[in-house]
Amino acid sequence: MAESLESLFDFVHMEIVSYFLNKPGKNIDNDVIQNLERLGFSVGQRLVERFTKDSPRFKDELEIMKYICKDFWTAVYKKQIDNLRTNHQGIYVLQDNNFQLLTQMSDGKQYTEDAPKFLAFPSGLIRGALFNLGLTCSVSADVLSMPNCKFQIVIPQS
Amino acid sequence: MAVCVAVIGKEVNFLGYLAVFFLFDEILFLLQNYPLYLRTVSPEEELKFHYTVHTSLDVVEEKVSSLTKSSNDPRELYLGLLYPTEDYKVYGYVTNSKIKFVVVVESANTALRDNEIRTMFRKLHVAYTDMFCNPFYNPGENITSRNFERTVFEMMKKD
Repeated sequence: MAESLESLFDFVHMEIVSYFLNKPGKNIDNDVIQNLERLGFSVGQRLVERFTKDSPRFKDELEIMKYICKDFWTAVYKKQIDNLRTNHQGIYVLQDNNFQLLTQMSDGKQYTEDAPKFLAFPSGLIRGALFNLGLTCSVSADVLSMPNCKFQIVIPQS
Repeated sequence: MAVCVAVIGKEVNFLGYLAVFFLFDEILFLLQNYPLYLRTVSPEEELKFHYTVHTSLDVVEEKVSSLTKSSNDPRELYLGLLYPTEDYKVYGYVTNSKIKFVVVVESANTALRDNEIRTMFRKLHVAYTDMFCNPFYNPGENITSRNFERTVFEMMKKD
């Protein structure tokens, strides 16, 4: 039962990606990614509003990041981020060695160029979550080898 | 019970915001500390309470920044009594998403304890979260949800 619930999100996400890809009209890859990212953004905002309802106030930026890596990630992907690195100047790198949305794809050159489409929604999710917690940032994602991916978060310093 | 209930929008780091994404429809957020919702028991007094709530924002900010530094239970969302005036007491609450709730009660009403105010804020927060998760609500817009309104009226009901 639990397994089928997990795969439900996978399937919905796959359908969302292919919906945006196959939408009639002119479709540039960039547009698809931007739309998916925006979708993730609004979902992330709403999710985090609900998840943080009973959690104590966050002290600083790093604490918010830890929250994203642990609680938020567990709630969405059933596991924690494997590695969080930061330069303490607004750049954070979140590494997931076995990212749920990529586990079904085989490794190799064949699918590497399609991977960004499957990471746009998760990036938006992170950006929306951080935005609602008061951090404006940009998020970019890249794949090293298939189920392994990195999200880089840049918070502009004022 | 309460004579006025208000919800105030968030503050956004304006500079970083412009630099990173100008494209999206998040522009609504650029309104800083904007009242998303305000209801009073008697509509004629609305302007007066706008003023009261506006004044309280400075105290909210002060409390939030001092609470994060000092160590005595800095993590609670409920801020407690912000300031008393001759006729009213003003209470505050800030969510993790930097949305501020302000509730004004009459000073004469001594039956209202701190704990009751706290539960009032909890209810308000739950109602706000439910409203926020409605896909037809765009973050940063004024609140028009009927369910939310019902919770607020419940809070202002005379008992």
